[in-house]
Amino acid sequence: MTTRGATATLLAGHPTLVAIAKRIGVRLLAGVGVLWGAATLSFIALHVTAGDAALSTVAGQGANPTKEVLDQVRRDLGLDQPLYHQYLDYLGRLLHGDLGRSYQQRIAVSQAISEQLGQTVQLAVAAAAVAVLLAIAAAVLTARRRPWRSIASGVELTLSATPTFVIGIVLLIVFSFTLKVLPVSGNDGPRALILPTLTLALPIGAVLAQVLRGELEEVLEQPFILTARSRGMRDTVVRVRHALRHALVQIVTMSGFVVGGLLGGAVITETLFVRQGVGQLMLSAVTTKDIPMVLGLVVFAAFVYVVVNLLVDIAYTVIDPRLVTR
Amino acid sequence: MSALTATGAVLPRASRVRLRPGLILAGLFVAAVVVAALVPQLLAPHDPLQIGAEGAFLPPGGSHLLGTDESGRDVLSRMVYGARPSLVMGLGATAIAVTGGAVLGLAAGLGSRLTESLIMRLIDVVLSIPELLLALVVITLAGAGSTNAMFAVAFAGIPSYARIVRAQTHIVRRSTFVEAATGLGIPRSTVVWRHVLPNAIRPVLVLSTIGVGSAISAGAALSFLGLGAEPPAAEWGDMLSNGLQYISNDWFLVAVPSVAITLTVLSITVLGRELRRRSEGRTT
Repeated sequence: MTTRGATATLLAGHPTLVAIAKRIGVRLLAGVGVLWGAATLSFIALHVTAGDAALSTVAGQGANPTKEVLDQVRRDLGLDQPLYHQYLDYLGRLLHGDLGRSYQQRIAVSQAISEQLGQTVQLAVAAAAVAVLLAIAAAVLTARRRPWRSIASGVELTLSATPTFVIGIVLLIVFSFTLKVLPVSGNDGPRALILPTLTLALPIGAVLAQVLRGELEEVLEQPFILTARSRGMRDTVVRVRHALRHALVQIVTMSGFVVGGLLGGAVITETLFVRQGVGQLMLSAVTTKDIPMVLGLVVFAAFVYVVVNLLVDIAYTVIDPRLVTR
Repeated sequence: MSALTATGAVLPRASRVRLRPGLILAGLFVAAVVVAALVPQLLAPHDPLQIGAEGAFLPPGGSHLLGTDESGRDVLSRMVYGARPSLVMGLGATAIAVTGGAVLGLAAGLGSRLTESLIMRLIDVVLSIPELLLALVVITLAGAGSTNAMFAVAFAGIPSYARIVRAQTHIVRRSTFVEAATGLGIPRSTVVWRHVLPNAIRPVLVLSTIGVGSAISAGAALSFLGLGAEPPAAEWGDMLSNGLQYISNDWFLVAVPSVAITLTVLSITVLGRELRRRSEGRTT
């Protein structure tokens, strides 16, 4: 059999596999495009502010820099090269994971991020898990159950409209200052993680619960739910085993919202609870006008967003093949 | 009158009654915030900046209904005066974001394929960065302060509005009344200005009421981080981050601005959702 024949047989045998591969390939390209765009915007922002770059680098040493010193620094930073050269240099360094150097801390941005990343990942993963679990519990327990549904959706509306820092402050007042059961701040131990996790998780979980309940209620009206019920299955079992599965596929599309909420919320939460982490790094970079650090963190955030969305998309395609055959 | 029309008339009324209390409360609260923003001296018993002679950290009661802060300033008055910067932030940022979104969305929806794909790819890129981080980038480049914070919040909101306007423009430009107007020989700019723009932007205006609430929340977050309004001014986010130092003894100083922000955002969200629901023609 010829190669072409083999391919044809393969295609005929697995049209979905090819379609899945195609879909993932397209998404991968789109993700690379977004990252390239983010890097380009970041380069433009860096370049527009580059007049300060040399000055900012030496300003920290306290001396009043002479023109010679500034020129020397510009040469060291490659600022005297033609623009396209600087741009390609910048992209090349990004490909190697080099996000530039901090003006203030005098270390590589990537190093600063990797030092702080662990704390934030811990917080973000815990918060994401809590948010999803709370949303599932709230949606499964209250979908199409009259008084509970209204109460839960009222609570969710309030939580989703409450700014993150207010949620954190309320938790602090209740659990740290009134009941005195949980620590106010710090990075040590799982007990110090509880309040920041809830602070970050509650507003995200509230939005997820609203979406999930809407989906669940739609699924519960489908004929196959009636079939399952008529087989004598209990209501809760039907909800968890049949309806939830379908509804969860929809919630996966919210991954972008969740990642954005976690990264933005981390800045607020880490400030409020005086925790170390990427959010704190971002805030201190903003207040000290450490432009390479801020832009490096933003490119990093875009990278996280793209990677998470890509992974979710792959999982999504595999879970729900209707997407590609439709 | 037949029973059928009678039940038909009763049903929507019943559902409206169920919604009423929350809606009315939200409406009243927003009205109070607007009054406080326009004529704060009407509601505030004291000067919000005046350092009181009666002392700092007074508990609620007496001539200071909500007590005094660390400088002896009246907390209630500061709360009332804080309505204006919040409302200016919310309305200003939303107006800028909607305008920017409308311009980009129309350009994408009406322009050539190249223009459209350039704008849309740019929006994809910006949307890959969380809104708060985008606002922080603007503040890093432009500096802190309440005006810059407003532009920062606005900038972060542009992409999502642009997406909706573009999608809507695509629908409107293919509709029969636009075809008719073009067929009548009306100049393209007039068609865009008189027919496409108003129809493409309507759903965005409805959504932007909810956006005002989010913008107030985002602005307060920036002040809370110390990047918005400058200290002596009465501003909720700033009152909050300031009061945080005294939270262990006087949590009231933090609770008052927290409640003010939350109720404002919640009320605006409730009203905005009702508006959206009605514009979509749903009654429940």
